[in-house]
Amino acid sequence: MATAKWPAIDKRTLIGKRIDRADGPVKAAGVARYSFDINRPGMLWAKLVVSPHARAELVSIDVSEAASMPGVKATWKDDSLLGKEVQYIGQIVAAVAAETEEIAQEAAGKVKAQYKPLAHQANDRDPTLSKDKPATRNTGNVDEAFAKADVKVEGEYGIPVITHCCLESHGQVAELRNDELHVWPSTQAVSSYADVSISDASGVPRNKIRVDCQYMGGGFGSKFNPGKWGVISSALAKQAGRPVKLMLDRDLELMIAGNRPSAFAKIKVGAMKDGTLTAMETEVWGTAGMGGGVPQQIPYVIDRIPNVRLTAKRIQTNRGPAAAWRAPNHPQSCFLTMSALADTAAALKMDELEFFLKAVQLSARAEVYSEELRIAADLIGYKQKAHLRGDPSGGSVKRGLGMSVHTWGGRGHPSECDVTINPDGSVEAKLGSQDLGTGNRTVIAIVVAETLGLPLEAVRIEIGRNAYPTSGGSGGSTTVGGVSTSSRFAATDALNALFAVVAPKMGVQPDALEANGGYIRQIDKPDNRISWRNACALLGVNSITKRGVNVPGESEKQGFISQGVGGVQMADVSVDIETGVATINEMVAVQDCGMIIDLKTAESQVYGSLIMGVAYALYEEAIYDLKTGRMLNADMEFYRLSGLKDVGKLKVHMMTSKAYDDRGIIGLGEPPVISPGAAIANAVANAVGVRVPHLPLTPDRVIAALQKGGII
Amino acid sequence: MSEKLKSSQVPGVSRRGFLKGLGVSGVATGLLTGTETPTEAAERGSPIKGPGEIPITLQINGKKHQLSVEPRVTLLDALRNRLDLTGSKKVCDRGTCGACTVIVDGQPVYSCSMLAVEAEGRAITTIEGLGTAENMNPVQKAFVKHDAQQCGFCTPGFVVACTAFLKTNPNPTLEDARTGLGGNLCRCGTYAGIMDAVLDAAKMTKGGA
Repeated sequence: MATAKWPAIDKRTLIGKRIDRADGPVKAAGVARYSFDINRPGMLWAKLVVSPHARAELVSIDVSEAASMPGVKATWKDDSLLGKEVQYIGQIVAAVAAETEEIAQEAAGKVKAQYKPLAHQANDRDPTLSKDKPATRNTGNVDEAFAKADVKVEGEYGIPVITHCCLESHGQVAELRNDELHVWPSTQAVSSYADVSISDASGVPRNKIRVDCQYMGGGFGSKFNPGKWGVISSALAKQAGRPVKLMLDRDLELMIAGNRPSAFAKIKVGAMKDGTLTAMETEVWGTAGMGGGVPQQIPYVIDRIPNVRLTAKRIQTNRGPAAAWRAPNHPQSCFLTMSALADTAAALKMDELEFFLKAVQLSARAEVYSEELRIAADLIGYKQKAHLRGDPSGGSVKRGLGMSVHTWGGRGHPSECDVTINPDGSVEAKLGSQDLGTGNRTVIAIVVAETLGLPLEAVRIEIGRNAYPTSGGSGGSTTVGGVSTSSRFAATDALNALFAVVAPKMGVQPDALEANGGYIRQIDKPDNRISWRNACALLGVNSITKRGVNVPGESEKQGFISQGVGGVQMADVSVDIETGVATINEMVAVQDCGMIIDLKTAESQVYGSLIMGVAYALYEEAIYDLKTGRMLNADMEFYRLSGLKDVGKLKVHMMTSKAYDDRGIIGLGEPPVISPGAAIANAVANAVGVRVPHLPLTPDRVIAALQKGGII
Repeated sequence: MSEKLKSSQVPGVSRRGFLKGLGVSGVATGLLTGTETPTEAAERGSPIKGPGEIPITLQINGKKHQLSVEPRVTLLDALRNRLDLTGSKKVCDRGTCGACTVIVDGQPVYSCSMLAVEAEGRAITTIEGLGTAENMNPVQKAFVKHDAQQCGFCTPGFVVACTAFLKTNPNPTLEDARTGLGGNLCRCGTYAGIMDAVLDAAKMTKGGA
């Protein structure tokens, strides 16, 4: 009898090994069809008309001229907005669908919308602009602790709004056929995508909406729901009676399809001479557009500082709306906290590693962080390279080290999976899940193949359709725990059903059997065996299908999955104090994530996070003109991502020892992207001798900080 | 704010609208200076094509394709929207990210920044012409081996750029590769794998794989 319990480390044939991405070849060959690539017969292209005002009353929308253009087949306008306010530049007011993309673009320009401009507010840097009652938190006696502290260190820090900048923009192809709505969206939540918004827009009940997303080009937290683009393309498809493709153009993608909230803070830290942290007081503010909140997990990780006071103020701005961005609120809280802590170490003239080793004792995972800090220090050559704040060597290029620690939950989500074993020996697993590029297909294939004792190629993984068993959206590092567990349960049950058929032929009880190396064999007499193919042939004409269900609370109790990880990152940077240019020499990430299914794609998640982190530490910022409320860099030339030359040398160390493995599976997508901003900013401060308070650490900001600090 | 911006979509000037109906040989001049109109181009004796659809023939991956496009249609949109060759991706749509890279007469080119009419008579190689999932070229093999992809949306552009790069730089150093492929961007952060893949593909290519 096969049991679902994860196999012991020494018994695993696939789990935890370095396995190539299952869909690597189709992606590398360019034949993987992303939602953006879906071309349907008779398909129209749609383009959007958006508000050019940061705030205005929408007086009228006239689509008649656009509608009369040759080639235009359908128009849509948002009458519900008439007489109401548009609240940011890029807010959608109308759309057109036409025979070609070019005609649609031209027609969109002929839609006449009239506005009565109103005063807007796009500034997120001034806390006095907050109109809400501040959120507050108070632990211990902060004033008394500051009075007793040996040092009080005050600083002001900031991390701006950045965008998701998914390479595949948001949108979908919509088609009404046989009373069904077929949609091909770029989404990270296949099973829950068919919601009331596209049902209302198309007039098709939710249970007749067919969602299909085989490949999607990045989401990072911003692609759970259909969005207005999903609604509009559904409505246009209904009106035109033809399929419609609506994918956002790059400028709109950057303005309206995903923003990470900003966070600025004044932080005061109280500490004793030996580095003991006694108090922290924070005033934090920032914007998430008109809605949302402000990150408030400060102090971050080092959250057992006995005396803490926090005031958090949301600033509403007439900017594009915020969306969950990989590890929501953590990168901001981490950057603010770790910057203030590194400044405290500098004020104490204390070695930063020694200081952080002490600080992490005030966290929930003191042992994990201590071990990871030592490993990271070894990997980056800390002992050889470290110096107190300010590179003492001469010359204009200063070198420094910085570090940061982070945490995340990552418990697997609810997931259902059907595994089918067919009489011809073929195996398939079906889940309404999705692969954002994390390696989800690969992970499911590994678990099913391992469970059935088969090679990876023997199992077919079907995901990306809401017709398959319901599986959670891919957010919050919940997918790997969810799908691994449901597919393990399904495969185990299916295997046991096969054992029940095979056992009598082998003259044994089903519980005497195991699947191994393409055979079903007797556990204590391995020579008594039957090949997988022959075993399955005994099924006659009936396939076996079993459903596995992951109920997170239950499987957590049983040790299949867990939550709560710690990670440490260190950065080695050089800063030219004549030009202000900061460059990455090396970054090290040490990360635990429980039991690992595919070491190769797991490491890729961490490498990717470091690279994404370099981008938001050094380059990324949605720059807004306060006068017009317009995003000035809504393109990929001036909204800069990191390139190949920018990322330096990268080292990733996964914590894979038995103690970590025994915890079960924990998600990995979020945690490693949290620390890079803080680690890099601390390294720059360590190099040049002063804090550069705001990300991204652009040359102008570095020079300004050097001037203010009297370094140049 | 200008009248144009008040009544049209963001951002202000539409490149496609601007290009609509330009003389073919006037395109480069028009783009650079913004001064030559179709009328002026005609007066100069430059052939005028458009503004309506015109028939063209494109030679892609060794095959001739006849299609009908307006002169303002980019090579990228012609590939994706007219010929259903969707391996080349539309991302920045203005010559920054490299996701649309194709090879034209041996040179890597951003297909979002070349008009389809300009590509007539040239040898175009797209990702679809480099190898299949079952029979990958050395660069594709190396991308899979080194996991140089996550979401994969930038991958075809990288594979094409990398293939063209290795043709002219068969023995690249790490720094050569970082520079040579600097015209392509990835969001998921696959550069670590890409660097390993480029160097490995160079070896495989020499080994005749």
